[in-house]
Amino acid sequence: MSTEITGATSGVASRSTTGAGPDRGAPAGPGGRPRRSDRARAEARLGWLLAGPAFVVMLAVTAYPILQAVYESLFRNRLTAPDDRAFIGLGNYGVILGDPVFWKSLGVTTGIMLVTVAVELVLGFALALIMHKAVTQLRGLLRTAILVPYGIITVVSAFAWFYAFSIDSGYVNQWFDWVPGISPDLNWFAGTWTSLFVIIASEVWKTTPFISLLLLAGLAQVPSDLEEAAQVDGATWWQRMKRVVLPNMKAAIMVAVLFRALDAFRIFDNVFIMTNGANDTTVLSLLAYRTSIGRLEIGLGSAISVLLFVCVLIICFIAIKIFKVDLAGARGEK
Amino acid sequence: MIAGTAVVALAAGLGACAPADDTPVLTWYTNPDAGGQALLAQQCTQEAGGAYRIEVSVLPREASSQREQLARRLAAKDSSIDLMSLDPPFIPELANAGFLAPVPEDVAEEVSQDVAEGALLGASWGDELVTVPFWANTQLLWYKKSVAEAAGLDPATTPVTWDQVIGAARDQDLTLGVQGIKAEAYTVWINALVESAGGHVVETPEAAAEDVELGLESEAGQEAARIIAEIGADGLGGAGLPTQDENASLSQFQGDSGSFMVNWPFVWPAMQGAVEDGTLEQSFLDDVGWAVYPQVVEGEDAAPPYGGINLGVGAFSRHVDEAYEAAACIVRPENQAAYFVSDGNPPASTVAYDDPEVQETFPMADVIRQSLEQAAPRPQTPYYNEVSQGLQETWHAPRDVDPGSTPQQATDFIVAVLRGERLL
Repeated sequence: MSTEITGATSGVASRSTTGAGPDRGAPAGPGGRPRRSDRARAEARLGWLLAGPAFVVMLAVTAYPILQAVYESLFRNRLTAPDDRAFIGLGNYGVILGDPVFWKSLGVTTGIMLVTVAVELVLGFALALIMHKAVTQLRGLLRTAILVPYGIITVVSAFAWFYAFSIDSGYVNQWFDWVPGISPDLNWFAGTWTSLFVIIASEVWKTTPFISLLLLAGLAQVPSDLEEAAQVDGATWWQRMKRVVLPNMKAAIMVAVLFRALDAFRIFDNVFIMTNGANDTTVLSLLAYRTSIGRLEIGLGSAISVLLFVCVLIICFIAIKIFKVDLAGARGEK
Repeated sequence: MIAGTAVVALAAGLGACAPADDTPVLTWYTNPDAGGQALLAQQCTQEAGGAYRIEVSVLPREASSQREQLARRLAAKDSSIDLMSLDPPFIPELANAGFLAPVPEDVAEEVSQDVAEGALLGASWGDELVTVPFWANTQLLWYKKSVAEAAGLDPATTPVTWDQVIGAARDQDLTLGVQGIKAEAYTVWINALVESAGGHVVETPEAAAEDVELGLESEAGQEAARIIAEIGADGLGGAGLPTQDENASLSQFQGDSGSFMVNWPFVWPAMQGAVEDGTLEQSFLDDVGWAVYPQVVEGEDAAPPYGGINLGVGAFSRHVDEAYEAAACIVRPENQAAYFVSDGNPPASTVAYDDPEVQETFPMADVIRQSLEQAAPRPQTPYYNEVSQGLQETWHAPRDVDPGSTPQQATDFIVAVLRGERLL
C-alpha cells in the first residue's frame, strides 16, 4: 500500500515540475482555473505531438501486418501455385482447429511456458535478492555477471546448448556420466522429454536475468523502514518475506510473469536449432514458420499466426482480468 | 576554373561508367561452395568479351532455405534473378509455377550431350529439359576394407546387399553410417531404398495435388521400411542415429565402431584433410574402400541417391538469352572437371571424368560416374516439400518404423496434407 502512495506522490511531483517548466517564462499573473486548463490542453497537444509519430509507426509496423495476416488467412494461397488462389472463408481455421498437430503443439508451447516461467520466477527472485543485498563494491560486478546470458543472442545460446548436449561433440554426457540415467550413449535430442529438458534449460538460462532485473526493481520499491519495523518486532526472515516484501512487490512480480509468459509462448529459436520440431517438440511459432515460410502456404500459415496472436491476447486477458496485473502500478505511476 | 574542373570530373565519371552500362549484368544466385562458382563466373565473363558480365550472389547454406528465398522472390516476379543454382528436388515446383524461362532448343541439345542419365532426369520436368545440368552428386558405399574382409565381402568387385552389410555390422558389433536425422538426408535414404527395391515413393509425380498417388504401400515400400526398422531397432546405427546427418555419419565412420557408410563423395576430401591436419591416421585412409550403393534386392542394380546443382534461368529475367549463353559456358565439360577438382563436386557430364586431373584427385571417379548412371532422383513433383516432410514426419525415428504399418500411415498422412486436410 505505502509503496503505491510513495510512488504516486513522486510521480505527480515530478510531472508537475516538468510541466511547469515552460510556463514559468510566460508573462502572467497568478494561475487561475482557465489558465490551468489551457496548460492541460497544451500538454495534451504536446503529448500527442510527441507520441504521435511513434503511434503512426506502431500502426504501420504492427496493425497493418496483423490485418493483412487476418485477410490472407481467409484464402487458399500457395506462393508457387498463384492460379489456385481462392477465397475459402474460415476453411483454413477449420483445418487447423480440427488437426491434432495444432493441439499437440499448443500443448507443448503451453507446457514450455508454464515450466520456464515457474522455474525462472524462483531462480530470478533468488538472484534479485542477491543483487539487492550485495555489498556496494560487489554490486556492479554481480549485476553484470548475472546479466551476461541475457546479452547473448538467442540463436547463439541455442547453438551453444545444442553442441554441449549433442551426442557426437557434446561434453555434458562425459562430465555428468555419474548422474543416474546419463551415459555417453544418451542422445538428448532423440526423445521428447530429454529434448524438452534441454530446450527449457537453455531458455531458463537465457532469460532468468530478465525476470530477476524486473524483480530487483520491485525489491527496490519495498520501503526499508517497513522491513526494519518488522525486524524490530521480531519477525523471522521468512515472515518478513511473506508479509512485507512479497505483498509490496506484487505488481512487479505480476508484470514480470506476464512479460515472460508472453515471451516464452512465442519460443522459436531454441526449438528450431535443437530439434526443428522432431520428437513431438513442435511449438506454435515453428508450426507457423513451417507452414508459411517452408511450405509457402501463405493462407494456412497466416491462419496459424492469427491463432497464435489470439492465444497471446487470451494470456494477456487472463493476466489482467483474473490476476489483476497492474501495468501502471508497477511503474509507480498510480 | 571551378566549372572546368567540374566538367573534367564529370567526364571522368561518365567515362568510368560507360562500358559497364552497356554490358548486361547477369546475377547468378549460387549455393555456398569453396568459391568455384565465382571463379567460373569470372572465367565466362572474360570469354564473353563484353556480351555479358556475371555477378555472383550467394544464397543461404541450407537447400531448403535456398528454395524459400528463390521461390518467394520469383513469386514476386523478381527480375534480378538471371541465373540460379538449383537443388534438383525443387526444380519441378519452380517449373510448374512458370518461374523458369524455357530452355532454347539449341542450348538444350548442347548441354544434354554426354550427361549422366540420373542427372538428365533430375534436370527435367515432364519429359522436357527445364534446367541445365551442372554438377551431379551421388552417394557411394564407403567401407573399411578390414571389416569387409572379416565379413567375407568384397564390395569393390561384387555388389553387396543391405542385408549383407547389416549382417557384417551385427556380427562384428559395429555401427552402420546412415542418416536417420529428421531432415532431408533421411528422405534421401528412404527414397534410395524404395527406388532400389524397384518402387517409387510417388507414382504420379505430375498429377495435381489432390490426385497424387503414392507407391509406398508396395513390396518395395515395405522392404525399405524393413531395412530401416532393422537398423533402427537393433541399434546398428548407434545411439546417434535419430539425429545423425552426413557429417555425423562421417565422424562415426572415422571412430572405432565404424564399418560401412553411405555418404556423398565430400567425405573423401574431408578424410584427406583430416589426415593432413593430423587428426586421422594415414593407415585409416588406406583402409577405406568405396563401391556403388548397396542393393536391396540381390542381383538387381541399386538406385543410388542423386543430388547436385542444375542451373535455372529466371522467367522474369531481362536477359534470358545471355543467361542461357552464360549457363552453357559454365557447364562446359572442362569447367565441370575443374570445378570437381577445386570444390569436390562431381560433374554431370560423363566425359569430364576422363580428365587426368580428376582421375588423380578422385580415385573413385569411375565409381561415381557409374553410380550416376544408375541413380534415381527423389520424387519429381511440384509438392516435393510436402512429400519429403510427410515422409520424415511418419518414418522418424528409425527405431519406430514398422514395415506393416508405417508405409500405410505415411501414405494416408501425405495424401491428406496434399488435399489440404491436414497440417504438416
